[in-house]
Amino acid sequence: MTSRRAAALAGIVLVAAVAIWVLFVGLPRWTAPPAGDPPRAAEAPEEASRRIHARLYYAAPSGARLIAVEREVEFGDTPAAQARRLMEAQLAPAPDGYASAIPEGTKLRNLYLTGSVAYVDVTGDITSGHTGGSLAEILTVYSLVNVLTENLPAVTSVQILIDGKEADTLAGHVDLRRPLQRSPQWVEDVAGGTEDDKP
Amino acid sequence: MISRRSICLAAAVLLALAPDAVAQRPPESPMRLLTAQGARTLPTVEVGDVEMVALEELAAVFPMTAKEDPVTRAINVQWRGQSIVLTPDQSLASAGGRLISLPAAPRRIRDRWHVPVEFIARALAPNADPRIELRKASRLVIVGNLAVPRLMVRHEAPGTQARLTIDISPPAPHTVAQQGDRLVVRFQAQAIDPTIAPFTAREFIRGVRPAPNAPELVIELGPKFGSFRTSTLPSGGALERLVIDVFPSADTTDSATPSAPAAPDLPPLVQATAAGLRTIVIDPGHGGDETGARGPGGTLEKDVTLAVARRLKAAVESRLGLRVLLTRDDDRTVPMDERAALANNNKADLFISLHANAAAGGVASGAEVFYVSLEPQGEEAKRMAEAERASMPVFGGGTRDIDIMLWEVAQARYVDQSSRLASLVAQELRRVIPMSPEPIQRGPFRVLVGANMPAVLVELGYLSNRAQEELLRSSEFPGRAAQALLGAIVRFDAAVRARADASTPLTAETASP
Repeated sequence: MTSRRAAALAGIVLVAAVAIWVLFVGLPRWTAPPAGDPPRAAEAPEEASRRIHARLYYAAPSGARLIAVEREVEFGDTPAAQARRLMEAQLAPAPDGYASAIPEGTKLRNLYLTGSVAYVDVTGDITSGHTGGSLAEILTVYSLVNVLTENLPAVTSVQILIDGKEADTLAGHVDLRRPLQRSPQWVEDVAGGTEDDKP
Repeated sequence: MISRRSICLAAAVLLALAPDAVAQRPPESPMRLLTAQGARTLPTVEVGDVEMVALEELAAVFPMTAKEDPVTRAINVQWRGQSIVLTPDQSLASAGGRLISLPAAPRRIRDRWHVPVEFIARALAPNADPRIELRKASRLVIVGNLAVPRLMVRHEAPGTQARLTIDISPPAPHTVAQQGDRLVVRFQAQAIDPTIAPFTAREFIRGVRPAPNAPELVIELGPKFGSFRTSTLPSGGALERLVIDVFPSADTTDSATPSAPAAPDLPPLVQATAAGLRTIVIDPGHGGDETGARGPGGTLEKDVTLAVARRLKAAVESRLGLRVLLTRDDDRTVPMDERAALANNNKADLFISLHANAAAGGVASGAEVFYVSLEPQGEEAKRMAEAERASMPVFGGGTRDIDIMLWEVAQARYVDQSSRLASLVAQELRRVIPMSPEPIQRGPFRVLVGANMPAVLVELGYLSNRAQEELLRSSEFPGRAAQALLGAIVRFDAAVRARADASTPLTAETASP
């Protein structure tokens, strides 16, 4: 009798433990947006060879402006897919000789296109890893805005969302509550600014 | 047998608890819904830092229906012939084909779909008749053309008397009456929306609070109270100022009789000339947890900006006799909206936000002055503002409507004057501190966008540059910077007066692009 009751108790504890795991660990994991990389890996074999030339934006050596650098970016067969590829390339670590204006570790969570506006949803690292300073913040914001508006004619403005939510600012300066248009103001004019630096 | 039943029971209990696994709590003070029929509570819950309301509750108040599509899982809200589509897990919604952004995705809580309260302002209000206004900070949802004036209450008690200043916007008829040991200010309005600045000295006035169920402010009188006098100062169509001066009773002071109506300790109510500047708001950037930029030597932006702001306040008050308000006077976090709101609510004539910059590489140096660029806000913002303006019925006069409509892009009307101010600030700063190669620039700065007056943001220098950090942290820097900014304010004031005299428009100097 006692052993049966003990077994019943053990059963309850086990079920409770499983249920708690499902609620707090399993469900969030299953419902979380896909990490981004695995689906791409799956379609990689035939897509790998197709690439486009695009302008990515990095901090100029002066730290005061962005510079546009021509790079090869994976091809995407729809504007949304191409926007995603461009953004992933922009968020990747900068090539040798350049510095990214975006805090390290910032990942793309999601990207939607509606009409001519792109909604770019990035992880909170863009805020928590930010050094502060209005100029540094402007350069971070316009790296993201310019890379889409410059390379995709269909996109004329970009709104940045952080961790799935509308954000006020990244670090206290630039108004992120509305979509921002491309701004050449923050890009350095370099005569021979394009270079093919394939290692 | 028992064991199987217990397991089923345990599982059932856990499943029943599942929707509550999300941490939620009622807000500190409930949201109140004001209609022509009266006031009631609008039940909301806080999930994380987002306040949410059940669609069912909204449907009980507004003529809307909400249906969940079993196939697509989308929630379709029908609202005044428009269809608003919400998607679980997405903080974006479509309202009549227009995309709106919400602070969080819709969420099912106890089997009812909840949406962030901003849904009221962004999805329902643009297409509403009668109008709907969400004042989240004041915990109000106002339906229809109700008179709900905002009240900004400030208290000053410099020794021998006290003054309570109440800015009423929009103006509402009111009476002040003494009832025992309290003064009651009664407004002819459906409700009041007060913001009461905290105060410490309590000899004359112990406290101010709104009456629980009436459009009244209750002023609790202190032990030194003897008599009071009120005066009203209309300042423009959108705001009225009620001043209540409290004088000591005869037995608490022996010499200073309140017979002389002019209070020597307090600045005059009206400046000698109304044409020039009267109130200036200085915004020391960042503060509290939000430290801003940090120099290689550890200097924090929030400390540099506060030091300069304090010196500037003292200089402007003593040299020009203007009223100066700081958005913070200590090390604390101030939300973005409160910074421009302080200036707007106090009808400031100038807004100066102080910052220190940072850039990668440590090379960039020099001070810069920014004024707002609104162009990147795009047509969408303008279109929305137009649409909302068109949908709003008259509310106490046409121009006031426009004021309310353009609050989010209030700065648009002042771009020329802000540009002029920026060039004066740059010219004066140049005399005392090094400037960047591009001293005047434009940017979409959050803190400037909502300011309803000429406004600039001053980057005093680069903390990321070692030499500049030394300069910014030096003991003489705040005084030098404040002196230069004071010079710019004097010149701007002169330009404003000259314009008022000659009624010729200020010419905006073009900034380097």
